[in-house]
Amino acid sequence: MREINVQKVREAVTELCLKANYELRKDVLKALKASLKKEKSARAANMLKAIIENAKVAKKKRIAICQDTGFVSVYVELGSSVVLSGGDLTDAINKGVEEAYKRGYLRKSVVSSPFIRKNTLTNTPVLIHVDLVGGDRIKVVVSPKGFGSENKSSIKMFKPTASWEQVKEYILDVVKKAGPDACPPVILGVGIGGTFDHAAYMAKKALLRPMGGKNPKRYLNALEKELLRSVNALNVGPMGMGGKTTALGVNIEEFPTHIAGLPVAVSVSCHATRSAEKTL
Amino acid sequence: MINITTPLKEDVRKRLRAGDEVLLNGTILTARDAAHKRLFDLIRKGKPLPLNLKDSVVYYCGPTPARPGRPIGSCGPTTSSRMDDFTPVLMELGLGGMIGKGDRSDEVIAAIKKYKCIYFVAGGGLGALLSTRVKSSKVILFNDLGPEAVYKLEVRDFPLIVGIDSKGNNVYDKAGWKKK
Repeated sequence: MREINVQKVREAVTELCLKANYELRKDVLKALKASLKKEKSARAANMLKAIIENAKVAKKKRIAICQDTGFVSVYVELGSSVVLSGGDLTDAINKGVEEAYKRGYLRKSVVSSPFIRKNTLTNTPVLIHVDLVGGDRIKVVVSPKGFGSENKSSIKMFKPTASWEQVKEYILDVVKKAGPDACPPVILGVGIGGTFDHAAYMAKKALLRPMGGKNPKRYLNALEKELLRSVNALNVGPMGMGGKTTALGVNIEEFPTHIAGLPVAVSVSCHATRSAEKTL
Repeated sequence: MINITTPLKEDVRKRLRAGDEVLLNGTILTARDAAHKRLFDLIRKGKPLPLNLKDSVVYYCGPTPARPGRPIGSCGPTTSSRMDDFTPVLMELGLGGMIGKGDRSDEVIAAIKKYKCIYFVAGGGLGALLSTRVKSSKVILFNDLGPEAVYKLEVRDFPLIVGIDSKGNNVYDKAGWKKK
């Protein structure tokens, strides 16, 4: 057994929130630069250049990439040989986020209740997902997500006999409906199978996988490539003003499902898709 | 590139066309969901507005807090369509222009034409870059709303694209993806 004090987790969460909000993910930056080379329209190319410049300014000045510093999701992989000490894990994670948003001049965007809507002024509570894994370490992934794109995310329960073509048509429709509001070029996380809630969880978690990587499942890798091509043929483009770059990447996750269903969730994420991770 | 200055008079608004790139100078006011709702409620109750909207420009934005010594934090646009229900009545009261991101409702476009107003689009997700074009910021209304308070911003060469012009032409229609 290995003892880990939750205060170490709290410190890591603070550090990761700051990093995620100030420094655009390397894989996202790389995808933006690759897209810039393919973009023919001057307006689309200028927009991509501005996004790259924005990332530079944010990193240099330690200012948020986007003013919507998001609702924070924290993904924890907890080794079964870890003994947590020094307090409560949920509390430590929330304190870590509060500290980052206060110290880092990040926007507090969380309200206490959907109808009362009083700002909690701490950007908490956060959502915490814990996966139990083997080993004696803790991996913490922090992902603040803006709501311009979150509002465009969607879920649909298909019939079990639905085809990939029908699913694909639905996903393309989600991207078109998102249009300029989701800050394209977007990144799509797609969760297929499982249950209603698990499909949405997989869709969001798929955003954490680096752009341009290979899906370990070969046929999903092929579907990701096909979907990305189709999305980029929509001509939504950067800022919704046309162009070849409507999405920077598409990641699909799947899970076994029920004989009666085929859940599909699409997490739409903006060009400032943010996350940072650390293993303790 | 066209240079424009606030207050945004009708003759200037009428000259601009969807797709034009402009640099805005002068004073703009931020207002997003909660501030719009409050203004709307005041109007509905027949109470006087604590703002003069005549030829003014409203920016749909909730900035991050400024670091000490800096005029503002990250300050890009939020989704405009969430303000659609509250917008026509503000135009009726003299609002000259709006800045945000994304398309507007048919009702808002009709009001833009009626009142010879104008809708600008700012770069979504460019909050850090846009912050370098803001010279000062000050909360002037609804301080209790925190990031949703109304800020008065002094901007210099604030880069915008005309989204919907006073004739109702729409920059997003030109890209053609809406009809696909």
